[in-house]
Amino acid sequence: MDIASLLIQVLNGVQYGLLLFLVASGLTLVFGVMGIINLAHGSFYMIGAYMAFTLSSLTGNLFLAIALGIVLSIVLGIALEWAFFARLYRRDHLEQVLLTYGLILVFEELRSLVAGNDVHGVAMPQALSGSISLTSVLSYPVYRLFMSGVCLALAGGLYLLIHRSRIGMMIRAGASNREMVQSLGIDIQLVYRVVFGVGVALAAFAGMIAAPVSSVYPGMGTQVLIICFVVVVIGGIGSVWGALAASLLVGLVDTFGRVLLPNAAGLSVYVVMAVVLLWRPEGLFRRAA
Amino acid sequence: MSRGRLLHLFAIAALAAFPLAGGPFYVELVGKVMILAIFAMSLDLLVGTTGLVSFGHAAYYGIGAYALALLAPRYDAANLWATLPRSILAAALAALVVGALVVRVKGVYFIMVTLAFAQMAYFVFHDTDLGGGSDGLSMSFRPVAQLGPFAVFDVSNPRHVYWFILAAMVAVAAFIRIMLRSPLGRALEGIRSNEHRMRSLGFSVPRYKLASFTIAGGLAGLAGYLLAMQGGFVNPELISWHQSGNALVMVILGGRGRAHAGIVGAFVFVALQELFQSLTTHWQLPFGAAIILLVMLLPGGVLGGVARLEAALAARAARRRGAAGLVEEGGHE
Repeated sequence: MDIASLLIQVLNGVQYGLLLFLVASGLTLVFGVMGIINLAHGSFYMIGAYMAFTLSSLTGNLFLAIALGIVLSIVLGIALEWAFFARLYRRDHLEQVLLTYGLILVFEELRSLVAGNDVHGVAMPQALSGSISLTSVLSYPVYRLFMSGVCLALAGGLYLLIHRSRIGMMIRAGASNREMVQSLGIDIQLVYRVVFGVGVALAAFAGMIAAPVSSVYPGMGTQVLIICFVVVVIGGIGSVWGALAASLLVGLVDTFGRVLLPNAAGLSVYVVMAVVLLWRPEGLFRRAA
Repeated sequence: MSRGRLLHLFAIAALAAFPLAGGPFYVELVGKVMILAIFAMSLDLLVGTTGLVSFGHAAYYGIGAYALALLAPRYDAANLWATLPRSILAAALAALVVGALVVRVKGVYFIMVTLAFAQMAYFVFHDTDLGGGSDGLSMSFRPVAQLGPFAVFDVSNPRHVYWFILAAMVAVAAFIRIMLRSPLGRALEGIRSNEHRMRSLGFSVPRYKLASFTIAGGLAGLAGYLLAMQGGFVNPELISWHQSGNALVMVILGGRGRAHAGIVGAFVFVALQELFQSLTTHWQLPFGAAIILLVMLLPGGVLGGVARLEAALAARAARRRGAAGLVEEGGHE
């Protein structure tokens, strides 16, 4: 492997890892703050991708579609939190798993009713469809660089939200002691609703910007969900920065696994997970967020 | 004879007599439900008895099925008495290896890690040539039940297969019943209700959990074997995470940790599935909604609901008789 193709694989791995981070950070935040394991989190990624497909064919502009999609996904998140998740806080994990499993079935079937079971492509915006040439034969698409840049910016924004804002202080306090926060007069329900809405929006956004690269297809939600579980197990649940490091690790391992061991492409990340479990069952990073 | 035992005998007799009356389609369907019942009972050993929520139990179900397909000679029939124990052993061994890794983690981690390992097993069969890739394997010959010179039963006869599955289901139910009364079963229930206390009492909690995980894996392998024997083919969908999710739904429908939760859950599950499929091709929509409602309204499952109803009726009858005192409410674990 020469240096240019190595660079391409590293960029691909980082880009995939950053995309995973957008989904995994919501998953880990919702668990860390609200104590809920949400299997339907991958469905939000799928819903985002299908919104990009439907809205961009309606409006003819991916950026407009994404803007609309973000608003819709926040509304969806708040509605779901109000209708279902608010009832799950004190229930055990098994009931959370089942209810969110039911939600996945409902979302998948609604997707099939609205958009069918075919694979659809989403057009890349004209301005970002070019590529940068690295050598005379190899080049790297601008859109993937754009994706990595946006994901990095969002990761920075998430850091500011959690560590430098008032609501972030409430989120961190709510994660460590719910009763204490409530007795200080903070509306914990509102905090939870914000966290859940942000989590849904991040996952849906990841689906929207990934749509032109990955195309949209049935089952994309669960695929990303299970990889995000691997990320969360490696990073340590509840830790947003653990999720960032683990996402990058999983992104790189998966990308290089596909290049170096094409016959066992899907397996490499699970092997890494098994090693981490043997070495540090609590994940590489203890709860820090 | 107690009422419960009479009910058991009646249920077994009714199931045994069913193929004499039912058509071939229903004989196969009820056979399949009983296979799912074995699968769900094995999962309830983890969820209901030990308190371990596994979202990857389909891995061992699938490994049991694949073991038969891989052990069967290509141009000849496999011997049931040779392949059955090996398939169960293969599934139990896989559960032992995964279990050694996962019993160290707790709660929500356990759910995610079991799911991830099941997905890994799915990819092993889906991506590699080991088990025919995404198409799976089909067997040209069913296994034969030849024991020395005797043909114990005829595997090409669907009724005989049905009765064999029924016998296996009753045997598994009896096995679990005996196990729960043994010191091992008591220890597992102790771990579910208070892990710290069990540890202070000197029990090696991870070892007991591992034993439970391995036994449950082996029983799931038995269910998978029976499915492969009945259907004559295997594919990676047996290990898909939907299978694991559905098995959990069955356990909850039956009411986890109750005797026969797996059997009742499997029958209710398939009845609901058939009902919704007859109504619409988009049957997962009402089915998913039913699961959501179940969690919100019936935390004790169907058997728990029946128990609560019985308790309410008994309380009413007691009031009518003018009996004083409190009637203990049912529906709790």
